[in-house]
Amino acid sequence: MRTRTRGVDPIPWWLKLTAVAVGLYFILPTLFVIPMSFSSASTFQFPPRGFSLRLYENFFTNPAWLDALGNSVIVAVLAASLATLVGTTAALGLHNLRGRLARYVRTLLMISMVTPAIVIAVAIYISFLQWQLVGTFPGYVLAHAAIGVPFVLVSVTSALGGFDPKLLRASSSLGATPLRTFLTVTMPLIRRGIVTGAVFAFVTSFDEVVIALFLRAPTLETLPVKMYNSVTVEIDPTIAASSSVVVTAVTSICLVLQFVGSRKKTAGS
Amino acid sequence: MPTSGTQIRLTGVTKDYGLAVPAVDDVSLTIEPGEFMTLLGPSGSGKTTTLNLIAGFETLTSGTIEFNSADVSSLPPHKRNLGMLFQNYALFPHMTVAQNVAYPLRERKLPKAEIARKVAEVLELVQLTGRDGHHPSQLSGGQQQRVALARAIVFDPNALLLDEPLGALDRNLRGALQAEIHRIHQEVGTTFVFVTHDQEEAMNLSDRIALFNNGRIEQVGTPEALYQRPETLFTARFLGDSNVFEPSKTADGTIVWENCVWATEPGTVSDLTKAGTRAALVVRPEDVHIAADGDVAPTGANAVAATIRDIEYMGAYRTAVLSLGQSGTVGRARLGALESGLTVGQSVTAWWHVGRQRLVAV
Repeated sequence: MRTRTRGVDPIPWWLKLTAVAVGLYFILPTLFVIPMSFSSASTFQFPPRGFSLRLYENFFTNPAWLDALGNSVIVAVLAASLATLVGTTAALGLHNLRGRLARYVRTLLMISMVTPAIVIAVAIYISFLQWQLVGTFPGYVLAHAAIGVPFVLVSVTSALGGFDPKLLRASSSLGATPLRTFLTVTMPLIRRGIVTGAVFAFVTSFDEVVIALFLRAPTLETLPVKMYNSVTVEIDPTIAASSSVVVTAVTSICLVLQFVGSRKKTAGS
Repeated sequence: MPTSGTQIRLTGVTKDYGLAVPAVDDVSLTIEPGEFMTLLGPSGSGKTTTLNLIAGFETLTSGTIEFNSADVSSLPPHKRNLGMLFQNYALFPHMTVAQNVAYPLRERKLPKAEIARKVAEVLELVQLTGRDGHHPSQLSGGQQQRVALARAIVFDPNALLLDEPLGALDRNLRGALQAEIHRIHQEVGTTFVFVTHDQEEAMNLSDRIALFNNGRIEQVGTPEALYQRPETLFTARFLGDSNVFEPSKTADGTIVWENCVWATEPGTVSDLTKAGTRAALVVRPEDVHIAADGDVAPTGANAVAATIRDIEYMGAYRTAVLSLGQSGTVGRARLGALESGLTVGQSVTAWWHVGRQRLVAV
């Protein structure tokens, strides 16, 4: 274990204050929804009146909500898997490429990050209409995988940044085939980047609403779309419960990832 | 000399990246079983590319590479059974010392008990017993390189390739690890191919040195042969210091430099001029003597008028920096115990025995 003692200036009070304010600004709106989900009222109200699990009961017993949740999970898992596969292989390939071609390909793969969601959604909708993918599972998966790839590409690329290419030579000189080298040397060393990318791709798909609105069919819609409708069309307070479920799920995944990552680090060094 | 290693034969080996000059240009070299061969040269001379060609990391443009007369030119690296040592150690950071060393054995699917036995054996050889469970980041640079060394020899490779393995270490450690590499070469008797740009390392460790220049081999021989009998000016200058005189006229038996007429040993000049090469005369600083205060050079020695420009204290000895002849060509003479009373600016005579000079191709 290496311990480092660094001379750090004490943090001034105004900086602490600003940091707390920014943190609250990000977190508070999300936290409002949780007390509301335990409300016994049948409309949106804050502060919530009374305490009841009625909204949760509704969420977990109403097939419309459960189906939407199931669809979202399936789509997100498949889209994240596909994005991870494509993003990781792209990152590995681009890592070995130099020059203009690599830069162009990288930009091309990242373009969905900066393109307005509505533009992507319309483009996907028009092309998927022709390919008859609208309202189908493969349609959702392909669309969400496409917007998930940049996250995987970025995180795997940054993991590869600290990867010493000499290790590949060392491994092959020691008798490992390229595939064995990938499995025993490259994979373990960039695993954190891959997992991070996969989680981001999952979360991106799981809460994606714009493309999903275009792709939805009466028989197949994802949770965010169902939530959107519940507010704009049905005015159903169950959304408070579903939001809480989503927030808790996504936060847990990220926390687990953090925890696993930091434990690995301590064990490793 | 141990004879258990593999013979490595390079024939007409060329690597051309399509630049002005090929990186490796028609290199032929036979490395004998168990030999410690050093590929020495300045950076960009083709020595590392040659090593990578032997390892299989680069593909040949033309030529062949044979191990014990079997052509391996088109084998991928993982089938060549070569140990390799890198400058930055290239240990797997996610594996312990024991896992690193066991890696090549696991890839060869040896039984667990045998792996454990071999790992323990080789860790003892490199004096790292008890470090099995450590991760590379917990070890010093010297220890890491010893782990890499253990990992590279544990599977009885055809040969061990060492790519400037001491370059990242500080001076003291370098000496210690150099001795370690020498000892292990003696003990395991495998063929070693060592790449370095450090002439001292090369001199200390090698059975033979192949000196590279511009993608070609300038000269191959024992360290002593290269130092004592350089064939080219490049060799003379790369290994140790040299006083260099480019003569205006060469004839058999004599050589003319400025207004000096010097004797040469019979045959040396004609050998070079017959080949159509220009010749230069080189003399090592330790062979140059100073005659001062009315002393003269002994008869039969070659001599030149000189002025002492500076005297450098080197610890074990002192060196006089000289202006030689009319042109003031810079030269050096290592001073002996008797040559003590010299002062800067003094006019002296520099001389050497004819047998200690060497005519080389320019």
